This record gives sequence, structure tokens and C-alpha cells, in this order.
Amino acid sequence: MNDEEVVAIIIKELLVIMPNASDIASETNIVRDLSLDSLAVMDLVMALEDYFDISIPLDRIADTETVFQLAGVVQSLQTEVRA
Amino acid sequence: MSILKKFEELRGAYNHVKEAGNDPFSVCFDEILSPTEGVVSGKKTILLGTNNYLGLTFDKQSIETAVSALRENGTGTTGSRIANGSYGWHARLESNLASFYGRDHAMVFTTGYQANLGIIATLAGRDDHLVIDADSHACIYDACKLTPAPVTRFKHNDPNDLRTRLGRIKNNGGNIIVVTEGIFSMLGDKAPLKEIVEVTKEFGAYLIVDEAHSMGVLGKHGRGLAEECGVEDDVDFILGTFSKSLGAIGGFCVSNIADFDLLKVACRPYMFTASLPSSVVASVVTALEKVEKGELLREKLMSNARYLHSKMIAAGFSVGPDVSPVVALRLQSSEMAISFWNALLNEGLYVNLALPPATPANMSLLRCSVSSSHSKIQIDKAVALFTKIGIEFGVIEPELLAQFG
Ligand SMILES: Cc1ncc(COP(=O)(O)O)c(C=O)c1O
Repeated sequence: MNDEEVVAIIIKELLVIMPNASDIASETNIVRDLSLDSLAVMDLVMALEDYFDISIPLDRIADTETVFQLAGVVQSLQTEVRA
Repeated sequence: MSILKKFEELRGAYNHVKEAGNDPFSVCFDEILSPTEGVVSGKKTILLGTNNYLGLTFDKQSIETAVSALRENGTGTTGSRIANGSYGWHARLESNLASFYGRDHAMVFTTGYQANLGIIATLAGRDDHLVIDADSHACIYDACKLTPAPVTRFKHNDPNDLRTRLGRIKNNGGNIIVVTEGIFSMLGDKAPLKEIVEVTKEFGAYLIVDEAHSMGVLGKHGRGLAEECGVEDDVDFILGTFSKSLGAIGGFCVSNIADFDLLKVACRPYMFTASLPSSVVASVVTALEKVEKGELLREKLMSNARYLHSKMIAAGFSVGPDVSPVVALRLQSSEMAISFWNALLNEGLYVNLALPPATPANMSLLRCSVSSSHSKIQIDKAVALFTKIGIEFGVIEPELLAQFG
């Protein structure tokens, strides 16, 4: 799966959590632009774990801010699983 | 820029809550008359939000032993167990806790928060993996910040989800540690511990259970959910607090694990804080004896819990799934919960206001915790107040009430 596809999935899952959010894009800052609280971010991670069938430890997302960065974490974890 | 500017949003939320009347985060009791009654702003108030499950805060014997220990050993220990030494009462409580649970080892902490923080964060090392229930208490989440181990959450009280998530963890040669609670503090629901034990065993994982709200409350002898479910041998570490059913303050861990004594020189939230004063420890020693022989108290507690739970359902309120001493009412919005909470307090009933993000699934809750010391009259009065205000605020409908009689 390429960057764009992972970004699209993350946006789709974000819209499940906040159906009224508009204009979520690759560069959207999940916490600042969408005012997602920490619990909502962790629930998003849970949904992504299920979608991609991987484990995303919370410390791995500590420094991620944008949808794009989160997609990068998902991709590197996918590679680790395959490795 | 002010150093507190980062809390601007919190300031907004806090002001919003305070504007409705009383400040729920700093209610002041002018007097505490008994485990179930106090005085707030000059008004006699029923206390239905104290976690004082067995009503032991005014237990005569506990007070007497505390007072004599206070005279014997003074007001404080002025230091930590490792640097400044233990007192006889600490050793006695640890030995009594171990035998109460039928375990080899016990360790006493200054608070339940520190027991969770310390044990969880110390057990989980870099190569291990912590897996916690998604609705875990704040102290378990804080432990996750302190540990170098990766952390994953599983869906609240869902053993199948736990199995799925454990299956995804890559083995780094370390251990997997699963954490859950006996009774969950907000909704009063219990963990499906038998099933969780099965799943943890499948993966050879360790299991920690925080029995903060279930110690003294569940199980024939008051040993909590693990006793009630018959799985004590399969729970590797039990954590708990003295601040609820035991009516004092402090926390503990019990276990059969070999080399347990190492934790006393590895666990920083144990090592680098002052130990409990003898007076507190002495009262806990006495209260623990009451808990051990507390079958009657537990019967009374559960009968009060069933009564309150069923009365609230009959009145038309939406409550948590399990009957337990924690009875949480779900309101449509935090505004409604705040106004409702204020109205109750003004009428002489104190419960806990619980708002997101401290609640599961963003719920706004009025959380009641019942005690074996509550009389039927007090519970009836509380339910009547809830009903009156509920109708006034349009939370429940009077017709529904007539049906239930
Ligand atoms: C589930 C749970 N664990 C731990 C604690 C912390 O206990 P303490 O208040 O004794 O520090 C609490 C309550 O505060 C709790 O509800």
C-alpha cells in the first residue's frame, strides 16, 4: 500500500469519529486542527490497528502530528510485521 | 507568554463548569457527620459519592488504634521506607495483607495511584509489552507514560478483542503484561475476569488486576473480583487501595512472584516518596480485620446497591450494566449533568459529577457510590430527589414513573 492509500484510510477512519469534519488532508494536524482529545486519538489508533491488522504501540504515535506522519508510522509498522 | 497558557482550553472548560453554580472540583464539606452525612454550605447533605463502601471511616476500633499509634510514633515518618526506615506498623500491615490474600508477598505504597504507577511501570521493561483495558483509570495510563515498554489498548471488557490484539504483538523476547480492573470506577461494571484469564494464559502473559473498587466489596471474604470469579491463582499481581472500602489512604500490591523483594529497590514511586504515617497504617490494619470478617457488611452493601440500581431504572434513568455499589446515571449532555449535579447539591445530596474526557465514550455521568452504611431512608430520599429534578429537567418522564408505581 502506498502513502496515498494509507492517508485515505486514515481520513476515512477520522470521518467515522468526526463525521462533520471537513477538508481533512494529508497535512491536517490531527490534534490542533481537528481538536481531537487524547482519548479520541487513541481510539483512532485502535481502529487503524484493526484495519491494518497490526499493533500500533502508543509511544510510536507520541510525536506524530499530521495525517501524513501517522501514515508513515503505519507503513513502517507494516514493514516490520512483514520483515 | 504565561507558562500556563497551554491550558487555555482547560480554563474555558473549567469556567464553564463553575458558571453553573457550585464548583464540582472543590466542594467543601464544613463538617463530616458520619460515613453517609456531611454539611455543605450550612446544609445537611447525604453523601452518595464517597467510595466509602463499607462505611469504615468512623469505625471506632480503627480510630482507637490510629490514635494510639499516633501517640506512640508521632504524626509522620518524615521519609521513605528505603532511606528512612520502616516502622513496625508497615511490616505488620504487609504481613497481614499477604495472609489476607493468601499470597507470599505484599508491598504497601503511600497511595493507590502510586501502587498502580509503580508496579505497572516497573514490571514493564523495554522488551516487554503492556496491554491495558481501554477504559483504564488515569493512574494506569500514567504508568504507561512512565514505562519504556510499548503499550497497546484492548476494547473495554472484551476478551476476544484482547485475543486479537495479543495475537498481533511481535515477540521481542520479553513478556506481555495485561492490565485490567475489578470494578471499573466510572460505570461500576466488572471485568469478565475468567475469560480474560483464559486469553492471557493462551499467550503466556502476566495479569495485573487493580481491585481498587472491588476489594472488600466482592468475594465471600472481600478479596475482590478475582475471588468472586475463582481465578485468584491466575492473577499474578493484585493492586489496590486503602482509600475506599478500608476508609483511609494508601495502596498495595500482593503477589506470589519469586524475587518480589527486588521491587522494593527498583520501584521508584515506592522508593522516592515518604511512607504512610503509623496512625494511617494502624487504622488500615484494623479495618482490614473488619473487611475479612465483613460478610454481613458486604451483604448489606450489595442489597443497598441492588436497591439503588433498581430504583433508578424504575425511575427511568439510564444506568450502568452491572449491579455494583457504583451506580452511574448517564445524562444527554455535560450541560445537563452539570445543572443536575448543582440542583442535587442545593437540595442536600452529594454525588460525583464525571465529565469527558475522564469518562468512557464521552459520557456525562452523575456517579453515585453506595455504602453499607446508607439507610433505606437515605436511599429513598436520594432517589426521590433524582426523580424530582429529573422530571423538572425533562430527563425522565412522569408517565413512565406511574407505570412502575
Ligand atoms: C481504579 C482505580 N485505581 C486506583 C485509584 C487510585 O487510588 P488512590 O485514590 O488511593 O490513590 C483509583 C481511585 O482514585 C481508582 O478508581
